[in-house]
Amino acid sequence: MTRLERNERLIKIALFVIACSAVSILAVITIFIFSEGTPIMFKYGLRSFLLGLDWYPSEQSFGLLPMIIGSVMVTFGSLLVGVPFGLACAIFLTEFSSRRLRHILKPIIELLAGIPSVVYGFIGVVILVPFIRETLGGPGLSVLAASIILGIMILPTIISISIDSLQAVPRSYREGSIALGATKWQTTKMVILPAAKSGIIASIILGMGRAIGETMAVIMIAGNAINIPRSVLDPVRTLTSNIALEMGYASGEHRQALFATGVILFIIIMILNTIANATSVKGKAAK
Amino acid sequence: MIINMNARKWREIKQQIGFMAVQLAAVIIFIILGILLYFIFSRGITVISWDFLTKMPEKGMTAGGIFPAILGSFYLTIGAILFALPLGILAAIYMTEYATQGKIIRIIRIGISNLASVPSIVFGLFGLALFVNYLKFGVSILSGSLTLGIMILPVIIRSSEEALLLVPNGFREASLALGATKWQTIYKIVLPNAIGGIITGAILGVGRVAGETAPILFTAATFYIRKLPNSIFSEVMALPYHIYALMTEGSHPKEQKAIAYGASLVLIIMVLGINLLAIFIRNHYRRKKKW
Repeated sequence: MTRLERNERLIKIALFVIACSAVSILAVITIFIFSEGTPIMFKYGLRSFLLGLDWYPSEQSFGLLPMIIGSVMVTFGSLLVGVPFGLACAIFLTEFSSRRLRHILKPIIELLAGIPSVVYGFIGVVILVPFIRETLGGPGLSVLAASIILGIMILPTIISISIDSLQAVPRSYREGSIALGATKWQTTKMVILPAAKSGIIASIILGMGRAIGETMAVIMIAGNAINIPRSVLDPVRTLTSNIALEMGYASGEHRQALFATGVILFIIIMILNTIANATSVKGKAAK
Repeated sequence: MIINMNARKWREIKQQIGFMAVQLAAVIIFIILGILLYFIFSRGITVISWDFLTKMPEKGMTAGGIFPAILGSFYLTIGAILFALPLGILAAIYMTEYATQGKIIRIIRIGISNLASVPSIVFGLFGLALFVNYLKFGVSILSGSLTLGIMILPVIIRSSEEALLLVPNGFREASLALGATKWQTIYKIVLPNAIGGIITGAILGVGRVAGETAPILFTAATFYIRKLPNSIFSEVMALPYHIYALMTEGSHPKEQKAIAYGASLVLIIMVLGINLLAIFIRNHYRRKKKW
């Protein structure tokens, strides 16, 4: 074997080791979170964990239901805000705006994605929360405030993935529809949107994942009270805030229970991702 | 005939309404973005001065500057990139150039893309368990950088992979046909042609790291330090965490809010500046592309 060949082999082995270690770090995360979080779930029973109403860590009572409901409420609230606006904006940018306008506006939306979540939270606290408190009543820190801010935060995800899937619809579909005498709006509604459906659904699911996983903005504006809210003006605590608020001082079983909260978050995200992947793969296969 | 005319008119009206609705939605989004940026710029700019950027905080966070927070964010970001960039690029090279594309590689890819969407607070949890407690690095720059680095590792692997896959196979074949070895081909042909995409991905990673709060909440950040950090085992202040702490801790909400406006503006300028740089570099390399 020449020196050159030996080097080649060494490089290949080194790269293999590095690739394995990078990937195994990522696997270790999963193992770590689950091994710290699952024992306590089985000790007190999954049922009491997922359906328990009381969270008093000092009294060994770890019911996560209020936080699960909190996460679900703000997530769906954010979709109610983000999906209509995001989808409409994507339709406007792909179907009705000039090429030049699109080239200016799309990077701006990408920039919107770059604004750190803590800044959204800050804006929520100084503008939106006082506004809600004065006009609609309640403490201001509420499901509503969190839903609106999260709705804005998921816009870039929904808009950019929807734009991609709208643009992926073949030109001939548009031409065929217009040739049959349909207006541009009819074409969009009856031909383009159905054809781009799977990509749009994937964008909504990914937006949902972002909303569920968001921590800092929610912790600053949702109020963080542990109860099941009766109206959208009540404060609420999400799974992510629960971890962020209490991990700093938790120990023993309390700590494990927070890891269990992380496990639940992890599983929710995995499920959402799998659905998103499956829908976009199905959409591609259909074409 | 009249019915026909009416139907046509109705269609036109519907088209107008639909068009106006989507246009209105787009306009509202950009107005919201405008208001958001306007508020932070107009309030923040009155706070920012040379002293604000270069002095230590004073009087229990109600006066003085945010220098330690800027410096801390800088350290954490550099640390995260030093860890994630080489590891990510080399892993991507192995996966695109060496590994045989089969089931295992596909599973690894799915795993990586799943991890890219794991909530940042879960990474924080992991960092706390592994680096702070298990490896006993404590709440420190090291723990925070490693946590942030792991968080952006999937992003860097994926963007590097995409950049490498964009290099046409003909380039590789031509190089091999000239007698170059595999590594020579990668090093001299593939990497130089993919470098634009790789750098863009890395810079976007930097932008993300600089703005993250949740992963450093328990691994690196602290509200106040008396002295600047002097080793990788020191706690640090960080810009995003500083904004969060100013709004949730302390006893002078009014003065703290003013500082938070200034800190938010600095953070936004930093992050958007980094992202703009990435877009600029991407366009630069796109123009230079040889195929």
